[in-house]
Amino acid sequence: MKYLSEYRDAELVHGLIAKIKDITTQHWTLMEICGGQTHSIIKNGLDQLLPEQIELVHGPGCPVCVTPLELIDKALAIASKPDVIFTSYGDMLRVPGSQADLFSVRAQGGDVRVVYSPLDAVKLAQENPDKEVVFFAIGFETTAPANVMSVLQAEQLGIDNFSILVSHVRVPQAIEAILCSPHNRVQGFLAAGHVCAVMGFWEYIPLAEKYGIPMTITGFEPLDIVQGILTTVEALESGTNQVNNAYIRAVTEKGNQSAQAVINKVFEECDRKWRGIGLIPGSGWRLRPEYSKYDAEKRFQVETIQAEESPLCISGLVLQGLIKPDQCEAFGTLCTPENPLGATMVSDEGACAAYYRYRVQEPDSRETGS
Amino acid sequence: MINKTPEMESPICPLPRKHTDKIVQGHGSGGKMMEDLIKDIFYPPLANEALLAGDDAGVVEITSGRRLAVSTDAHVVSPLFFPGGDIGKLSVCGTVNDVAMVGAKPLYLSASFILEEGLDICLLEKVVLSMKDAAEEAGVKIICGDTKVVAHGEADGLYISTTGVGELDPGLNISGNQAKPGDQVIVSGKLGDHGIAVLEARGDLGFETKLVSDIAPLNHLISAMLSVSDQIHVLRDPTRGGAASALNEIAKQSQVGIFLEEALIPVRPAVAAACEMLGFDPLYIANEGKLIAIVGQKDAPKVLEKMRQTKYGEDAVLIGQVEDSPPGRLLLKTGLGSTRIVDLLAGEMLPRIC
Repeated sequence: MKYLSEYRDAELVHGLIAKIKDITTQHWTLMEICGGQTHSIIKNGLDQLLPEQIELVHGPGCPVCVTPLELIDKALAIASKPDVIFTSYGDMLRVPGSQADLFSVRAQGGDVRVVYSPLDAVKLAQENPDKEVVFFAIGFETTAPANVMSVLQAEQLGIDNFSILVSHVRVPQAIEAILCSPHNRVQGFLAAGHVCAVMGFWEYIPLAEKYGIPMTITGFEPLDIVQGILTTVEALESGTNQVNNAYIRAVTEKGNQSAQAVINKVFEECDRKWRGIGLIPGSGWRLRPEYSKYDAEKRFQVETIQAEESPLCISGLVLQGLIKPDQCEAFGTLCTPENPLGATMVSDEGACAAYYRYRVQEPDSRETGS
Repeated sequence: MINKTPEMESPICPLPRKHTDKIVQGHGSGGKMMEDLIKDIFYPPLANEALLAGDDAGVVEITSGRRLAVSTDAHVVSPLFFPGGDIGKLSVCGTVNDVAMVGAKPLYLSASFILEEGLDICLLEKVVLSMKDAAEEAGVKIICGDTKVVAHGEADGLYISTTGVGELDPGLNISGNQAKPGDQVIVSGKLGDHGIAVLEARGDLGFETKLVSDIAPLNHLISAMLSVSDQIHVLRDPTRGGAASALNEIAKQSQVGIFLEEALIPVRPAVAAACEMLGFDPLYIANEGKLIAIVGQKDAPKVLEKMRQTKYGEDAVLIGQVEDSPPGRLLLKTGLGSTRIVDLLAGEMLPRIC
């Protein structure tokens, strides 16, 4: 396929892998931030091709995985109400809340629908004036422009039966949280290309300086990822701690400024709880007060719903890159995609799900496929 | 580096949701949830040899040496008409193909209709004419039927359930449990057309692909294949759940490892592009006019050649082979030279967020 197969070219990938092997003199731990990158690495077996000294750990950039339990409980409460059409990106339906998931709500008669864009939800609201249409606005910076556009469009069209349940999270604050952790062992980051396509990488430059760590803006295809790894290893080997852009076909330093402008018009910064990690100050976005009439939490009075994760769940360690999915005792035995015990096994972009689907499945078949 | 799994009193996480109390959409996806439902709910009380064989059609001996293959399929599709076909054609071809996948010659079909109050009769007429055309092409007769009407809102327009009967030549033993190490894996054409065409017709894509469903009766293709080889070990039509699910079932039934070469898997650019945009894998997308054949190594070239001479097999290609291990697993050699598991989907295939 044009514009895609070029970035999956085996010869070029192997050429870059050979370069990585040539320049690597010691063990380096790199973290890819985004779940889409984790998926691509495991699906294509890129880590099998890398030299042993390059260790990839998987970051918290799966929006489905990090959406806090109480937000899911709020979603379930809203979706269960009569006269509500609850819309969501598909992979959110399987994520368990405290008692149920959106699939169960649908099985019990709730009107839960998968949409491909929040603007489809606005259209649904227009077509169903006697219903309340709610969109589950989760995600990182990547989905924020479309999510805020849905609010602006509803406002422009005078649609009053539309609201969004917001659980937006931001990457730079998560990177800083990982770097501040006393357990941190990440030495270089592959930053998420599509987040930077929206936001640019100007926010990462002071982070790289402050913590003395190289970061490379990296895409998602095999060649992009291997290029991102090579650039990061080059920086590590030469001791230059700066931000490099290995995804120039999509990302500039300033990013998409009109997208940033609409985000800032509708959203404001807030503290946000991350599932499996905890509260990260300033790491979220919520609706500004002037748009509060589109806030589903307020409209359906679910603001007070609280939920606590069991302290025994270790998906937080996976999300912080402290352990690999298959180092969990429950992995592949008690915890599988159809019976997920933690959020990282639920989403297709979750690290545990990626390992399960493409790699090891049971302790006795762990060598399979290598 | 952490070399040890953090200690846990017991591996308890807070959130199990196994959906064992209510039916959810995932139970009909052709993936792991459906497999479990069949194994846990249907097999134990209904068990018999033909059912437990787990093939597309059940095979029974009626008098000495005479064997019948019987298959049944309920068809629910939205929309009722889509590029390349409609629910009528689907209901005939789906059952004809299931009967043919054990090597039987499909002969007769029954059809049950569940009609929603308010359905346009001219629409029903169109569907029935389409069934007639499909039955003629397949060379089968629809010899009995049933009609029920349910109240408005209790069905989505029209559901059709068909049952097919076919006769099986003596000596044939085509089953999911017959794959043997060394066998070659052949697919009769490009994968994923039907699933993406229906998604598009449903208005779910948001872009145009001009794809047409591949619905077709495959019994004549299978007759042609059987005319040149007695080494056809397994036949399966990769419908719901796609090629990945069909091959996983075969790997489990035969306790073999099946290896596919990613570079050899035939997919139209439009299907590949739609899958990229939605986060789908073409190996899991439904087909309605394709078959997977597992054929003895020696006969594979002549079977392939014969397939390519037929209308529904002209794009047939070899996509992999059977090995003795790892038993029960489907694996894919990627274009980059690494290997990964291709598993059954857990439940529904869901579009990814970004």
